[in-house]
Amino acid sequence: MATNAEAIEQGHAPESAHTALAHQFDNLEQQREAGTLGMWVFIAQEVMFFGGLFLAYLIYRMKYPDAFMAASNHLNWTIGTFNTAVLITSSLTMALAVWATQAGRAPKVQVAFMLATVLLGLTFLSVKAYEYHEKYTDGLIPVAGWFNPNREILSHIPANVTLGQYQMFFWLYFAMTGLHALHMIVGVGIITPIIFWAWRGRYTPEYHAPVENFGLYWHFVDIIWIFLFPLLYLLGAHFGKH
Amino acid sequence: MSVHIVPRKIYFSVFAALLVLTGTTVFAATIPFGRMNDVVAMTIAVTKMMLVLLFFMHVRYSSRLIWVIVASMFFWLLILLLLTLTDYSSRSWFGPTVIT
Repeated sequence: MATNAEAIEQGHAPESAHTALAHQFDNLEQQREAGTLGMWVFIAQEVMFFGGLFLAYLIYRMKYPDAFMAASNHLNWTIGTFNTAVLITSSLTMALAVWATQAGRAPKVQVAFMLATVLLGLTFLSVKAYEYHEKYTDGLIPVAGWFNPNREILSHIPANVTLGQYQMFFWLYFAMTGLHALHMIVGVGIITPIIFWAWRGRYTPEYHAPVENFGLYWHFVDIIWIFLFPLLYLLGAHFGKH
Repeated sequence: MSVHIVPRKIYFSVFAALLVLTGTTVFAATIPFGRMNDVVAMTIAVTKMMLVLLFFMHVRYSSRLIWVIVASMFFWLLILLLLTLTDYSSRSWFGPTVIT
């Protein structure tokens, strides 16, 4: 079979040309492999991006272990566990959306799995917004002028912990979960046109690279949360009730 | 096309394992193990990550080239974390005046 490039060279439309095939690729398989490779390089870059924050967490955690335990104890691990389950479920529905395109299922099946993913993602973000609001009312927003923990919280801070160390935990909490939430918001933005194209029947077993690559992104965001959850929420679970 | 279609059964098994591991990590965190709490929590997190990477993200079925990218991703992350920690963990050797 003549490749796409050869066919174009000979001046006629390639026999196996798919409307999604870009001219620089020989065939869809080569295009797909290049796309997947690019996506993984992007994810490797994202790991370094989040890695800096994990490093900051690690250093302050080693320096002020008592402060981090006490501050972590203020986070609601029940809500955190619920959100972890929600995010894992959204990863499952996304994996099933990729499966639906690979197996050539009807557009409405593909769309249903992707819509489920979006709804679970929005559930996660709503719970996160509720938690952020709770931190706001408790005076735990770690920026100048806003960080003003109420008396009840102050009474639970151990004697060897300064307020600044306590604030640093919340700075890292907001930076890490905030960047994570931002990735989810971006994800919801990216999947919206993919859902539109899935509805139009664009994705088939031959061509479904956007769905697959979006799946990689979504699972990556899930992995970040898999680490954030124990490091932020569960750190102080055995420290005592708040 | 040589796309490997992962059976749905595997996705559901991985999903169930992830939920069980989430429950395990929450339960383990309520028991005071001292420093071992971190080791337990991180072991479970790494296991969960491997499940997502290998099956949901299809790394198990991907080409060697993808394996190289994934391996180098971890390698670079280790450079970032470990080499920086060599600095922070040795600062106290030189007395309080060096630490800022």
